[in-house]
Amino acid sequence: MFHSSKALIRNPRLALAAGIGVAVLLQLGGGWIDPYTTQVVLFAAINVILAVSLNLVMGETGQFSLCHAAFMAVGAYTSALLTGKALPTLLPHLSWTGSSWASQVFFLPVLLVGGSVAALAGLIVGGPSLRLRGDYLAMVTLGFGEIIRVLLQNANFVGGARGMEGILPATNLFWAVGFAVLTVYTMIALVRSTYGRGFQAVRDDEIAAAAMGIDTTRVKVTAFVIGAFFAGVAGGLYAHAVEFISPEGFNFLRSFEIIVMVILGGLGRPVGVAIAAILITLLNEWLRDLSQYRMVVYALIIILFMILRPAETLRPLLSRVLPGRKPAAS
Amino acid sequence: MTSAGTPLLEARNCSLRFGGIAALTDVSLRIDAGELVGLIGPNGAGKTSLFNILTGVYRPTEGEILLEGRPVTGLAPHRINRFGVARTFQNIRLFGSLDVRMNVRTSFIARLRGGLLEVVRRGKTFRSEEREIQEEGRRLLAYFGLEEASILPSRSLPYGDQRRLEIVRALATRPRLLLLDEPAAGMNPTEKEELKQLIARIRAEFSTAILLVEHDMKVVMGICERLVVLDRGALLATGTPAEVRADPKVIAAYLGEEHGEEES
Repeated sequence: MFHSSKALIRNPRLALAAGIGVAVLLQLGGGWIDPYTTQVVLFAAINVILAVSLNLVMGETGQFSLCHAAFMAVGAYTSALLTGKALPTLLPHLSWTGSSWASQVFFLPVLLVGGSVAALAGLIVGGPSLRLRGDYLAMVTLGFGEIIRVLLQNANFVGGARGMEGILPATNLFWAVGFAVLTVYTMIALVRSTYGRGFQAVRDDEIAAAAMGIDTTRVKVTAFVIGAFFAGVAGGLYAHAVEFISPEGFNFLRSFEIIVMVILGGLGRPVGVAIAAILITLLNEWLRDLSQYRMVVYALIIILFMILRPAETLRPLLSRVLPGRKPAAS
Repeated sequence: MTSAGTPLLEARNCSLRFGGIAALTDVSLRIDAGELVGLIGPNGAGKTSLFNILTGVYRPTEGEILLEGRPVTGLAPHRINRFGVARTFQNIRLFGSLDVRMNVRTSFIARLRGGLLEVVRRGKTFRSEEREIQEEGRRLLAYFGLEEASILPSRSLPYGDQRRLEIVRALATRPRLLLLDEPAAGMNPTEKEELKQLIARIRAEFSTAILLVEHDMKVVMGICERLVVLDRGALLATGTPAEVRADPKVIAAYLGEEHGEEES
């Protein structure tokens, strides 16, 4: 057991294959999972993608971004337009229901296009604004998030403030869990490389990083664009899971929720951030019965978490189980 | 003074002003390949400002900087580094969250050939590149006696080792000119002696010119073959340590006080 888990770490591609295998099994053999649980797993997987991708920007590269939900919106609307309007118009003779083979086959390129458009948006915001530091960057990203929301509210062809409904329910366990695994893998593979240490070098000391030949603006923009790409994919998965999207669903609070996951998981710890994303998803579900007191309790629990920092306290324990974080041998 | 060829670095009539304050006024400087030049001057003389315009942190308000005859004035710091200029910092600037070997590895990032996809795919180029980088990093750390510390967090190193690691990190970018900003600051006499030997070895082994800012006269006088003296942002004197030591202007501005301190 110990050995096999070690092999998975040594050969990350094996880990990736194993994860995707799990996704396939869940999809094929998961008939016994009830629809509610399925829904929760989908949300958890989508939150993992969002949190782990934001972690690259905030945790690894140290750039404070307040518009992750906006990138998610770009991906969600782009992919919903593709499956709702573009594809059925271009290929009218195919059957476009959630589980039809056509929608499943085309779902991958649709998600990738959604992610790419979000990445382009990331490039447009990040290119000029990542020369700024700290609070200025936070303000620019906050502004961008609002711009996207207001634009969507006023765009009638996507339903304006009413939103888009009747989106193809193409998201299933395979796509959601598969992409979550792929995202976590990509982030870990990226960070555990000479190339990836550049993100951390920029976070630790931009002046020193530049003096060592690292193009710091480029590193920051790269992190931002990759983060936006995966947020866009998550948006696509989300839209095709809930079948209804509206601009309000991607507001500042949504961005903030993702930030909380990243901080709780321990900035710069992809695995910890993924765990935090799952826990917060579950927390949201458990608190549903409390109706109007939900946000009060939610906020209290988050405050407690922040004070206790379970990720910090559990790290020595986790490092025995989780990959590559052995305490330095002396 | 030296060979007739193009100098490695040439600063021509550089000035740096912040609003009404002149940090540097009309400073010219020439460094030839392989030279070891000391830059001295009282506090606030503009030594670090000169470093900062040479490495692109600031753009000189006036004047021009040439590296091997090519103008690099106002280029971004990372571009200047690619032209072969590396530096250390007066207040140590290691990457605090990275361990010792990762600190050195960051210096190879600018030279990576494989792109992002190659990294994520863990492709062939990626693997051979990582192997080369690991190997070269290990060799450098071993050469400077830091190999045993290689997986320790850089912050946990003793002060002298942190300074040494900064030098290793700078050397890993394969510079032709190494700028050392007060490397002996905060070191005890033994560490200072080791540092002097280290600088001599770096020159011999890595065939790089060195520009050294230092307050400690014993260090500077002992190893530099040429000194440049700055005072209040302007060039005061330049010459061999003996010449500079004898220069009345220098004694008045700087060395006089220093000698007095040493004798007391």
